[in-house]
Amino acid sequence: MTVHIRMDDRVEADRLEDMAQGVVGKPLDRPDGARKASGTAAYAMDSLPDGACFGVLARATIAAGRLEGVDAAAVEALPGVRAVIVDERMLRNPAQGMAGKAPVQDPHEIAYFGQPVALVVAESFEQARHGAIALVLRLEARAGAVVGPDDAGVEIETPEKKQQSSGDLDAAMREAVFGVDQTYTTPVHASAAMEPHASIAQWDEDRLTLRGSYQMLRFNRAELADALGIDEKNVRILAPFVGGGFGSKLGIAPEAVAAAIAAQRLGVPVAVPMSRQQVFEGVMRRSETTQRIRLAAGADGRLTGIGHEALVSNLPGEKFSEPVTQATPFLYRGENRVIGHRIARVNRTCAGSVRAPGEAVGVTMLEIAMDELAAAAGIDPVELRLRNIPDEDPTQQIPFSSHKLAEALRSGADRFGWDRRRTEPGQVRDGEWLVGMGMASAVRVNMLVEAKARVSLSSDGHALVETDMTDIGTGTYAILTQIAAEMLGLPMDRVETRLGDTDLPPGSGSGGSFGAASNGTAVFMACEEIRRMICERFGCEAHDLTLKDGRAIAGNRSVPLAEILGGEDLVAEGHAEPGDAEDKVRQATYGSYFAEVGVNAVTGETRVRRMLGVFAAGRILNAKTARSQCLGGMTFGIGMALTEEIFHDPRDGHIVNRDFAEYHLPVNADVPQIDVVLLEERDAWANPLQAKGIGELGICGAAAAVVNAIHNATGVRVRDLPATLDKVLEGLERQGG
Amino acid sequence: MRPFEFTRAESAADAMRLAGDGATIIAGGTNLLDLMKLEVMAPQALVDINRLDLGDIDEAEGGGLRIGALVRNSDLAADRRVRDAYPMLAEALLAGASGQLRNKATTGGNLLQRTRCYYYYDTAMPCNKREPGSGCQAIGGITRLHALFGASEHCIATHPSDMAVALRALDARVEIQSQDGVTRMLPLGDFYRLPGDTPHIETVLVPGDLITAVLLPAPAGARQTYRKVRDRASYAFALVSVAGVLDVEDGRIVRPALAFGGVGHMPWRNPEVEALLEGEAPSVDLFAEAAARLVAEAEPQGGNAFKIPLLRRTLQAVLRELTEA
Repeated sequence: MTVHIRMDDRVEADRLEDMAQGVVGKPLDRPDGARKASGTAAYAMDSLPDGACFGVLARATIAAGRLEGVDAAAVEALPGVRAVIVDERMLRNPAQGMAGKAPVQDPHEIAYFGQPVALVVAESFEQARHGAIALVLRLEARAGAVVGPDDAGVEIETPEKKQQSSGDLDAAMREAVFGVDQTYTTPVHASAAMEPHASIAQWDEDRLTLRGSYQMLRFNRAELADALGIDEKNVRILAPFVGGGFGSKLGIAPEAVAAAIAAQRLGVPVAVPMSRQQVFEGVMRRSETTQRIRLAAGADGRLTGIGHEALVSNLPGEKFSEPVTQATPFLYRGENRVIGHRIARVNRTCAGSVRAPGEAVGVTMLEIAMDELAAAAGIDPVELRLRNIPDEDPTQQIPFSSHKLAEALRSGADRFGWDRRRTEPGQVRDGEWLVGMGMASAVRVNMLVEAKARVSLSSDGHALVETDMTDIGTGTYAILTQIAAEMLGLPMDRVETRLGDTDLPPGSGSGGSFGAASNGTAVFMACEEIRRMICERFGCEAHDLTLKDGRAIAGNRSVPLAEILGGEDLVAEGHAEPGDAEDKVRQATYGSYFAEVGVNAVTGETRVRRMLGVFAAGRILNAKTARSQCLGGMTFGIGMALTEEIFHDPRDGHIVNRDFAEYHLPVNADVPQIDVVLLEERDAWANPLQAKGIGELGICGAAAAVVNAIHNATGVRVRDLPATLDKVLEGLERQGG
Repeated sequence: MRPFEFTRAESAADAMRLAGDGATIIAGGTNLLDLMKLEVMAPQALVDINRLDLGDIDEAEGGGLRIGALVRNSDLAADRRVRDAYPMLAEALLAGASGQLRNKATTGGNLLQRTRCYYYYDTAMPCNKREPGSGCQAIGGITRLHALFGASEHCIATHPSDMAVALRALDARVEIQSQDGVTRMLPLGDFYRLPGDTPHIETVLVPGDLITAVLLPAPAGARQTYRKVRDRASYAFALVSVAGVLDVEDGRIVRPALAFGGVGHMPWRNPEVEALLEGEAPSVDLFAEAAARLVAEAEPQGGNAFKIPLLRRTLQAVLRELTEA
């Protein structure tokens, strides 16, 4: 029995409020935590079948051109090498998120330096890796490859439907009492998930089983089947544990298809792990962005106009382009608006989703521009934002579903001691260190994605939750278990959640912060159906039924569930879908960030001293995993602000810093005490749980708080991220400091 | 990784004989193994010297310390004698790598670690250090890490060690045994080579040589510091580092020794800068003059031009710190 909900309107009742078990929202440990901490959780490469061979991908070493052939015989003669495979079904790029069909295939055409072009399969990993390095490629380079968005001859697209304009921004800028018109840049970022991509393919007749590290299995299954030209019913993907994704594992990637092809050809299971270097250059990058931001404001700081025009890049033909301005149309007031979006076509590693595509870089730069406006207008940055919160979505002219930006700003300022910030930059010194405070707003669009889940209540009073949804470190195991335990009145240890297997009902997959709400709603719906079945058997109305600690209670009756079930299992499937609610109201999550930094007056080094994030994302399902998501997001923000930058060689576009030694993620010493406050909120437009996504909210502007604090500490305004010491130093030198 | 032979040497003679026959010596392996996996280095044979008796720190005659080549970085940094008399060396060691790596990395191996030039690490790139005669792709590329001093048109790489910078300022000497039984003692300035047109030859070691120890003379000055400037708070190579040692007697600087990391193919030292400081009263102007003298001959590559003001400012700060009462 499948029960369905389509979110066309706000939900009437907050059903979770009526439940009695009292586990939803609690900061409970992850049920999978002990397995992860003890090393017994099986990640992709941890389930090697007997007799598996290993494949290692070989890379193109030109920016554009053709692979005319490979010198296979020489490598096949090496010890242990079983095959050298170049197959037109192999992928050039990974699939974009939710593509559901094969991405661009055939490695004979080369579109970027580092593109996987061949697979060397051997009996050991070391033999395969040596073979892949030794493999001589016959490459025909194409003249005129364009490797950077600023290169001569670059093709720039201006897609009509991504441009928006209302009112007259130029006039608003002319008439503004205070204005900002600046150009900002962000560099290429890597997702840098802890677990590199890896796939193990195994065929049984015409059925393929793939153990991989992927975020969105129902889409990945369709993408893999399409790439191989087989029916998706014959494909099963297993990803019970995924060591982080941050968008890099949304779509099927080259190693999965190559593993499947090799396993089929050789008739043995084949494992294809990617090295860190290969993941950096052969999967997905976040596009660099150039953002012109214009703000027009009156004497009171109230915005009359906002312009946000972005230039991003991707390979020719790729549909994805970093949605930099996604939140700009509704974050602040201002009747005169321009949204611009241009795409440079470049021969660089495919650009795709990296944690919070759009807001991560777009809100961050908008929030730096707001800090510039605050300074120009002499208005406190918190107050400036409070004055510019709109009453409704100013672009679509629809109401907000819920909106806690003002509370997040006020509460954050209060908790952080914002009133101790000196308005004038460069006023606080601690030895060699200049100390300053900065803040920024947080905003991220909220989404619901179709999801199904099955819940089974067994006659002995245990429940099983099943969906192909993944847990990429986010806490899915914990929150789905909590929702079922709450709804069915069971202790946590009597509910088991199984994830990451395409034989299970298709969930939404992990991405866009929609996993918890979408799959949680599917679980909730299935549980509602089971509650209805219990009512039937128990002979009571739905509103009279209380389920708690494995007992059903109605009126003065209290009976163990097992007794009501009488040896029978109850099974229901929940199905959640987005609907018209998306068009009726603007749904988003909000928050605020506050940062205190020290900037070394000698060297320009910046160290974040403390940081606070205050967030509202509807009902919080697990206060511990939600907080962890926010901590991780703000850590991303520190990296974006200070250290993270992929360098592309200016001549051939290759990624120069392809490892963790030279792509500088923040290390523990870079991350100070971070405090996270989660505001109490319900959003009846979002879903019956009244919960919204929180996985990405922690990064949507966090870097701006740090960069704004650098300005407050030093008077140096960095507009090109990351704010590495050379950029700060340049400003300090200019000041004569 | 290419197949290779692996032998555990039971004696120094064993190790030198195998190395003389072309084997590469492995101690901690913290750099070598990574490079072998990438096939940046592809030795046909490894000789493991971890069983040799080179793991002690002994007091040398006339003051100073003799540090065995196999003394682990962690142990050296924690040694009471080092911390008391050569605090700058302990600081430099602890500023490098991570706890796990320092537990494994050795004194001799640290001296011989290879550059972190991005182009050296990518076997698809021309690199004279990796493949003599193939060219230098770093020139004209991304040069954030690269050298200000002593580079050539064939190589602009820097030496990544922190420890070696401190050792150079402390006038340490490298003890080298050769196959013919001769023991040489070389100051670091004579041990390392500039790239010239042979950047693949980084030291004066010849096959069959074995570093057996590093000798520290009695400390020249009580005032010591090692200051490392980098792109994040930990686990990053120096953009610029300054190792400084001096004393102040009767209000005047005496016996200053300064070495610089992240700016040259070897830990850099400039005798003119030291001569300029010797015997002078500390002052802001003096420090500015010393810093200006140091960077006067810097030859930036574009992406590393910021290192000039950074080095100038860092040196001045180090001199201020060392001369403050």
